[in-house]
Amino acid sequence: MEFTTVVFYFFAAILLAAGVRVITARNPVHAALALVLAFFTAAGLWMLLEAEFLAITLVLVYVGAVMVLFLFVVMMLDINIERMRQGFWDYLPIAGLVAGLMVVEMVMVLGGERFGLVAPEPKPADYSNTRELGLLLYTEYVYPFEIAAVILLVAIVAAIALTLRRRPGVKWMDPARQVKVTHEGRIRMVNLKPQKPESKTE
Amino acid sequence: MQFFAELLGPAWLPVWTLVKIVAIVLPVLVVVAYLTYAERKIIGWMQIRMGPNRVGFFGFRLWGLGQPIADAVKLMTKEIIIPSGSSKGLFLLAPVLAIAPAMAAWAVIPFTDTLVLANIDASLLYIMAITSMGVYGVVLAGWASNSKYAFLGGLRSAAQIVSYEIAMGFALVGVLMSAQSLNLVEIVEAQRGGFWQWYWLPLFPMFLVYLISGVAELNRAPFDVAEGESEIVAGFHVDYSGMAFAVFFLAEYANMILVSALTSLMFLGGWLSPVPFLPDGFFWMAAKMSFVLLLFLWFRATFPRYRYDQIMRLGWKVFIPVTLVWLVLMGAAMQTPLGSLFH
Amino acid sequence: MQATNFPMPDLLPALPEIVVLVMACVVLLVEVYSKSRAAGYVLTLLTLLAAAGVTTFTAGPDTAYTFSGMFVDDAMADLLKLMTYLAGIAAVIYSRQYLADRDMFRGEYFALLLFAVLGMMVMISASHFLTLYLGLELLSLALYAMVALQRDSATAVEAAMKYFVLGALASGLLLYGMSMLYGLTGTLELAKMAEALNAGVKSELVLAFGLVFLVAGLGFKLGAAPFHMWVPDVYHGAPTAVTLFIGSAPKLAAFAFAIRLLVDGLQPAHGDWQQMLAVMAVLSLAIGNLAAIMQTNIKRMLAYSTISHMGFLLLGVLTGTFAGYSSALFYVVTYVIMSLGAFGMVLHLSRAGFEAENLDDYRGLNARHPWLAGVMGILMLSMAGLPPFVGFYAKLTILQALVGSGWLWLAVLAVLFSLIGAYYYLRVVKLMYFDTPHAEAMAPAPAGDARLLLSINGLAVLVLGILPQPLMALCAYAMQASLQ
Repeated sequence: MEFTTVVFYFFAAILLAAGVRVITARNPVHAALALVLAFFTAAGLWMLLEAEFLAITLVLVYVGAVMVLFLFVVMMLDINIERMRQGFWDYLPIAGLVAGLMVVEMVMVLGGERFGLVAPEPKPADYSNTRELGLLLYTEYVYPFEIAAVILLVAIVAAIALTLRRRPGVKWMDPARQVKVTHEGRIRMVNLKPQKPESKTE
Repeated sequence: MQFFAELLGPAWLPVWTLVKIVAIVLPVLVVVAYLTYAERKIIGWMQIRMGPNRVGFFGFRLWGLGQPIADAVKLMTKEIIIPSGSSKGLFLLAPVLAIAPAMAAWAVIPFTDTLVLANIDASLLYIMAITSMGVYGVVLAGWASNSKYAFLGGLRSAAQIVSYEIAMGFALVGVLMSAQSLNLVEIVEAQRGGFWQWYWLPLFPMFLVYLISGVAELNRAPFDVAEGESEIVAGFHVDYSGMAFAVFFLAEYANMILVSALTSLMFLGGWLSPVPFLPDGFFWMAAKMSFVLLLFLWFRATFPRYRYDQIMRLGWKVFIPVTLVWLVLMGAAMQTPLGSLFH
Repeated sequence: MQATNFPMPDLLPALPEIVVLVMACVVLLVEVYSKSRAAGYVLTLLTLLAAAGVTTFTAGPDTAYTFSGMFVDDAMADLLKLMTYLAGIAAVIYSRQYLADRDMFRGEYFALLLFAVLGMMVMISASHFLTLYLGLELLSLALYAMVALQRDSATAVEAAMKYFVLGALASGLLLYGMSMLYGLTGTLELAKMAEALNAGVKSELVLAFGLVFLVAGLGFKLGAAPFHMWVPDVYHGAPTAVTLFIGSAPKLAAFAFAIRLLVDGLQPAHGDWQQMLAVMAVLSLAIGNLAAIMQTNIKRMLAYSTISHMGFLLLGVLTGTFAGYSSALFYVVTYVIMSLGAFGMVLHLSRAGFEAENLDDYRGLNARHPWLAGVMGILMLSMAGLPPFVGFYAKLTILQALVGSGWLWLAVLAVLFSLIGAYYYLRVVKLMYFDTPHAEAMAPAPAGDARLLLSINGLAVLVLGILPQPLMALCAYAMQASLQ
């Protein structure tokens, strides 16, 4: 067995284990972390396929940014695992049936011999994956690339339009205004004439 | 060397690589130790006090040079207290996750044009990817401690690091547009030609944004709300003690040195000499890194801590627009004869 | 630096898209700096008009490809794009008062609407799996956000959630199917895929599975049974202004999607997808028409009616003949006109704090507003497919095409279900004309522009019904020029 094959099985085993862990972990934070591990090993597999740029981008974008925010949200959610698991056994037969069908189908359909694929020739040593991708993206694929950019813009607009609102009935404070407070705004100087205390009537 | 290579046969390559790794990691750790000493001394001088000056070697005080060693011994011998109700595995994993990226990133840092462990094609991307994982240590430490203060610190840190990573990434895009390469050695070579050819000048806004975002990424003062002693005690590592705490400490300082190395490589010409009559060499790299590190210490001694909303505003509403506008300007200028300014 | 000899793509065919994209960004920016809320509204209308101008100006029988064969500008695209702008303009004008009453009259709404229009244009002009998919995502993402824009309404948020989850599932199915076909043929370009399929594929099984996933995804997006579950909930839960928009223009894009995918790309596999479409069409007709009878909410009723109309549309497409495609095009264009009018009426009769969405709200409308009741009557009768309204001709041409290609039993079923469907449309007419109104008075919002447009809309249904020939000829011409 070649060294790369060993590495492949190593990564693949971790990837599968992490994937299983994502759906079996009782604690959502643990599940999210398993997903991080899955992404990381997937990046390793891509690296073996000589897709360095994709591998590094996967780590940079998914592991470094997306999953951090995901973890951020998951940590703050108060998820009741027991309630989430209610009905788990009720749905299991149907889910199992669907999953079984999918597996059978994949076994039937997927496989190199059905697609007539040939392994690409190995690239020369100075072949730069990143540069070639860049050249393709900005020439031949410029139109879908730009549309993808517009989709991201829409996602930003939508996220802001949906979240930037004053929730009814929430008390909040504006720290900038708190800092800017001066004593003139807080204390009113009143010029009171000295008065004699009223005579007490007993 | 030839002799050893023949002796070990096929095992030679892994062994030799390990030796090289140790040759990088050990100096980094030593520098970390003395960076803490320098920090205390320099800030002490800035604030007109002495700094550590007692612990020396063999009965001599030696201006307190033994202090970092004493600190290290103390931290190593202290007990690691694991809070009850914490998530034990993650609690112990968090410091590892903090320090591993800080060390792994050094693999592609060139110290001179030949002295680099792995001169890979997309080393800049690699560094961005690896350093972006450092945040997990902080977030997990905050969550696993099962303490409100630690949790708040972790959340603050996550939001801050993710926000500033964008501005930092854009600043680096400026660099790679100028150098037309993602390889750190080539980026430095593209700056050849003396002090005025280094990228700090043509990319001045990017340089500033990178430097300040670097400080924010490191959770250093004045952006250290993740620790924020005055409000959340010590933030994410409030429950850590002994060696577990020391690892966080190591990671922070190793990251500081890493950012200073990157700043010198990308904006200050790396190992290149500022004037033509002096030779290039590692000496220049070390001098530039020391200068950037001095800046970090100086910031800490000078500026009061930012408020959290101000940090977010600075990142999203100032730095990102500035870098975006500058990128567009650069891209446009590069299509005209003015483009030579940026190369 | 490696030299690239890549020619600059020809931007002229994509000029309408560029106009809409730039203006959508302008609307966003204007919203930030402008004090006037109306700026976004006016700019959106101007944008759609400008795009219509550009499209008309560049329209012609020729088919132009650009962007490395990913973008196609043919006669069908021009016709569908013009109808999309028209639907967009109508949606904006109809919903102005409604949005203003509900504090949704904001730049984001209009920007999202323009982005949705852009997504539809991308889909309509796609000649590549990538652009088909990306256009679809652009459209869907904007629509999800528009549905949820009324954040304090629990039903709207729930509808958005359902729409989002099922939409994501459908996208997954589509992508899965696309990836199988890519593996099989080695290309994502529709024309090349047709060539590769004609040349014969290695595995019929993969082709069949890929098609199943593609057609299922398509069914989700069209809202055809058995993938229709989201339609009633989304139509009901979304703010009516958004329902109006979702119920109109995206149907044009979905039709274009179906034609591009099934006819441009997979015509050689016609025999395979025909049967799947037939099953979907029959189910849609049955479920749509039967379930609509039981509804008491007019938005839900119209949602089920949409499902049945989509079934009819699929009948046209599945014939695989030129007559079938052009009759389906005619059907979708007229359906969009009718649906705009019907939802426009629901919008027009609503006012601040009151949604005219229950069938009971239409009781005795004739006594109060005879003109509006008349327009609504025309629209309902046309949807039911009664002569002399345009809905009749739309159904008739489809049936002709069906019979012409030998699908007699399908045609009989379609007529049968149309008769069942006529019941619930006629019930609305009965409510308006023969029932006594509720005690609560229903005063339409004082929007003169919307009323004028509604009248035009209703009359258009009548006029097109009396003189259907020009539009029919145009549809046939567009199809012929595009499919040659």
